[in-house]
Amino acid sequence: MPEDIVFCKGGGCTAKLGAGVLSRVLSKLPKGPADPDLLVGYDSRDDAAVYRISDDTAVVQTLDFFPPMVDDPYTFGQIAACNALSDIYAMGGEVKTALNIVCFPEKWDLNVLGKILQGGAEKVIEAGGTLAGGHSIAGDGVLYGLSVMGTVRPDRALANNRGRPGDKLILTKKLGVGILCTANRVGEASPEGMAEAIASMTTLNKRAAEIAARYEVHACTDVTGFGLIGHLREMLDGKLSATVRWKQVPVIGEAKRHADEFLLTAAGQRNRNFAGDAVRFDSVPFAMEEILFDSQTSGGLLLAVSPDQARDLEAELRTAGMPAAVIGELLEKTEPEITIN
Amino acid sequence: MMKKTVNAMGDPCPIPVVKTRAAIRELNGAPGTVETLVDNEIAVQNLTKMAVQKGYGVSSQQLGKDQYRVTLSIAGGIPEEDEPEEIVCAPVPKRGNTVVAVSSSAMGTGNDELGAALMKAFLYALARQEEPPAAVLFYNGGAKLTCEGSVSLEDLKDLEARGTEILTCGTCLNFYGLTEKLRVGGVTNMYDIVEKLTGAGLVVRP
Repeated sequence: MPEDIVFCKGGGCTAKLGAGVLSRVLSKLPKGPADPDLLVGYDSRDDAAVYRISDDTAVVQTLDFFPPMVDDPYTFGQIAACNALSDIYAMGGEVKTALNIVCFPEKWDLNVLGKILQGGAEKVIEAGGTLAGGHSIAGDGVLYGLSVMGTVRPDRALANNRGRPGDKLILTKKLGVGILCTANRVGEASPEGMAEAIASMTTLNKRAAEIAARYEVHACTDVTGFGLIGHLREMLDGKLSATVRWKQVPVIGEAKRHADEFLLTAAGQRNRNFAGDAVRFDSVPFAMEEILFDSQTSGGLLLAVSPDQARDLEAELRTAGMPAAVIGELLEKTEPEITIN
Repeated sequence: MMKKTVNAMGDPCPIPVVKTRAAIRELNGAPGTVETLVDNEIAVQNLTKMAVQKGYGVSSQQLGKDQYRVTLSIAGGIPEEDEPEEIVCAPVPKRGNTVVAVSSSAMGTGNDELGAALMKAFLYALARQEEPPAAVLFYNGGAKLTCEGSVSLEDLKDLEARGTEILTCGTCLNFYGLTEKLRVGGVTNMYDIVEKLTGAGLVVRP
């Protein structure tokens, strides 16, 4: 790339609007009459909609895009696509079609755009879907993502807020990619650390979702911009509480070192501001607190699974090569909402 | 008393923290204050968080719309090192921060069959210690012990469930063609291995 192109200024899900700001805006939107076929909508603060079109088929519709979080356009394309496709998997669906959404500066080398789109297209194919078109505009910075359509059997659609007290929580990917990308931007990340983060972000949640579908999973979400704690709070939905054992949470080792060096994102701090009061930390190291608030790009699935099946699901995910772990459990509503110990 | 001013207006996180820490290092251990100007409240919060963790005095004022000043008071005494690695390599050894380094699938030299049986017994006993180690690192021939077919998988899973980090060298898995066969714990790199070994209170090599 020519040197005057600053491809990566700090993007991915760290570029998301804060949950606090967002919920104030969303709560003021007018709502039409409730449609009984809209099985999952924005009331549950999910980032995808599930709409029943017949007794045995519902359509899952999602949209996700963001600025680059890595310097390589092809890798960025792959990550952005994985992140967008993930919403379908979080709903328990199958990917069918995808449309590109692109913003790209007119004067830049179009080969850069070509690389982004190639990375994205490859991931759509890997997901078993068809890239059916897209929409692009010229603008100041780079943005890329996908609108994805998938299908799911209505009785198999997974909401993010139907977990039950006693359910075990399983996380399928390591946390820390936001901090790693931030450290990389100031030249502190090791090549191995970045390689681990990129390998994680370019892994589809497809396999995790396929395996999870064979177990009694009550709720599922993908961990992205609001961090593990933010997305866990969405799962609790004001009706449940949870404990998380921080030592069990899979983490990219190097992220701890960068967090201890305060290479922290604004997004992580926004997540802390939004959710901080609901969380009690019992002797959790500072770096780990930061990682639990760290904004993830193309993060893993967070599953609430029936307690008697949790260890088997964990074992099967691990056998498939994922760093999955049982990290805690859901409880009846109590104070505080989330305990990390 | 030295005083430094850092202009981090318009800088996205974590640049304000990076610039401020560079200014603190320039104090060379002398007491002083560092004032950092930033344009958003989140940056104020991230600077404050750093100051609290580091034990500096900290206060902040809003000077105008989108303009904040964060003032850090540094007591001095211990200069901040230039390289974070140097901090990592000189930790206060903590009791209990034990790291076990497993570099072979056999314990001891002599007969390999005996060595394999001894290693199995070692990991079995390790998993039943009252105080489990902070981490067990597997490299070179040791990498085989965390992979499919290892007789110690259950013991290592038990250790992991008790909070021990089980980490296998990624280069080694790759070398032995075991990358897809890892069955317990995570993958690590040399940087992390060095950090864990040098930061350990006690390193045990079976």
